[in-house]
Amino acid sequence: MKILVCISNVPDTTTKIKFSEGNRSIDTTGVQWVINPWDELSLTRALELKDDPSGGIKSVTVAHAGPPSSEPTIRKALAIGADDAIRINIESADSYMIAAQLAEVIKKEQFDIILCGIESSDFNGSLVGGMIAEFLGVPSVSAVSGIKMENGSPVITREIDGGKELVSVPTPFVAVVQKGIAKEPRIAAMRGIMMARTKPVKVYEAVAAGSLTEINLFEKPVPRSACKFIDAENVAQLIDLLQNEAKVI
Amino acid sequence: MSVIIYTENWDGKFKKLSFELVSYASEVAKMMNTSVTALSLGKVDETELIKLGKYGANKIISAENDLFSSLDSQAFASVISDVAIKENADVIIISNNNSGKAIAPRLSVRLKAGVGAGVSKLPLSIDPFIVYKRAYSGNAFAHVVIKSKVKIITLAQNSFELIEKQGNPAIEKISIPVDSSMIKTKVKDIQKQTGKILLTDADIVVSGGRGMKSPDNWPPLVELASALGAATACSRPVSDEGWRPHEEHTGQTGKIIAPNLYIAVGISGATQHLAGVSSSKYIVAINTDKDAPIFEAAQYGIVGDAMKVLPKLVEAVKEIKK
Repeated sequence: MKILVCISNVPDTTTKIKFSEGNRSIDTTGVQWVINPWDELSLTRALELKDDPSGGIKSVTVAHAGPPSSEPTIRKALAIGADDAIRINIESADSYMIAAQLAEVIKKEQFDIILCGIESSDFNGSLVGGMIAEFLGVPSVSAVSGIKMENGSPVITREIDGGKELVSVPTPFVAVVQKGIAKEPRIAAMRGIMMARTKPVKVYEAVAAGSLTEINLFEKPVPRSACKFIDAENVAQLIDLLQNEAKVI
Repeated sequence: MSVIIYTENWDGKFKKLSFELVSYASEVAKMMNTSVTALSLGKVDETELIKLGKYGANKIISAENDLFSSLDSQAFASVISDVAIKENADVIIISNNNSGKAIAPRLSVRLKAGVGAGVSKLPLSIDPFIVYKRAYSGNAFAHVVIKSKVKIITLAQNSFELIEKQGNPAIEKISIPVDSSMIKTKVKDIQKQTGKILLTDADIVVSGGRGMKSPDNWPPLVELASALGAATACSRPVSDEGWRPHEEHTGQTGKIIAPNLYIAVGISGATQHLAGVSSSKYIVAINTDKDAPIFEAAQYGIVGDAMKVLPKLVEAVKEIKK
């Protein structure tokens, strides 16, 4: 079986976000770009599955839709252990456009298990995975917190309200993964970094596909009012404020 | 032209988020001079369906079929899109919860409809259609223009107040030609905890961080939660250490929640933690370090040792609940 991990290139999660061009886009000056945290965990789990020879996973490929400037993030994924990579040459517009591009490539390259992170830490859409599945007409399972191979077939843990389910779907399928899929993201070793330089990155040109949405303004969150401190010896005052001022208890 | 919502049920019952969805949709419909149709899939009694009318559903379409008892995103999206086409829907609204996130993107492709995901306010305008949503994990909000004819909104949980209306909705029962071959997701096993307040549903959450020092120190925190009728949560280091189950982890890579009250005990307030809780209406911080960043996010703070403060809080809460 072949696994594809879709990766997004996002600002490091500790970045202080600033905007430019009349608050229509993010100011990228000094921004460190990383693999989207959930995609990194998906990649880690994909590699763990491949490490077990009895699981029958032959290869792990990463795919990214983005401009040449996102290449360092793709190389990072290769250094962590992906066998090869695909980049679709496009400036990201919206989830629909990105999913359409990825679906086109998946049709050509054929994968059995397609992993996508639950959301990207920049646009927080939680859309691309499900969209790819619909473009391909294949099943998708969302809120996936575990995936393992049993007798050559994938078994998926899906989070539901107040619990979890073990489910299976026929391949190919898309799994949209979240917390729990892998414990810690795998870190690139020196050998991996050396090898990544020569691993293949296939570049596809984008197909024609329009976007359905666009962001026309970003706003910073409204700062909260200053914290009201209550004496640790007089906690009843806090309860009084929560009951009579905030009215939340 | 109409607004259609998909109202999920849990063992035949609706939840607060279902009524939030109807209340929200009813206001959107008012902005567009149209009505709200609610679609329910699976077995739900008429007495339960009628509750949707109380929050503004003008018409309720109910499709009872045992095959809808667990989620298959492909089949659900196909049914919802067929009904949306038949009802001539311009706007489809779904909760931004686990199942909403599974269904909305598939619907988007089927209907070539743009999605505003995790929307937390009424549309800023109808023409052009602009929605307001969280971006950069809570460090920003975006105004998203949906350009397609049909629009999809997934509504962030606990972001919209319930609005009661006088309503007498028409209930239409439909049968949908589905057969088991359409359901590709086979459920092999379900593990469910019952009787626990769900973190994502809770109005009040009490959460512990590394400042709790040891998993043995949790009883007073749990006691405070139970006195307040709250759910318990924790920060990432706590779940990574295995002090608490990972389902309790709130933060950027864990659960993203928006309760009315979030009480952070022994949590310093790293950016990644705040990303998961910054939409809470009120944040209370209890921490020994007066310079901890959590106090910048909190409206109320106590500088002090959790082990001393928590038992006193439990007493004070019990006093007012008498």
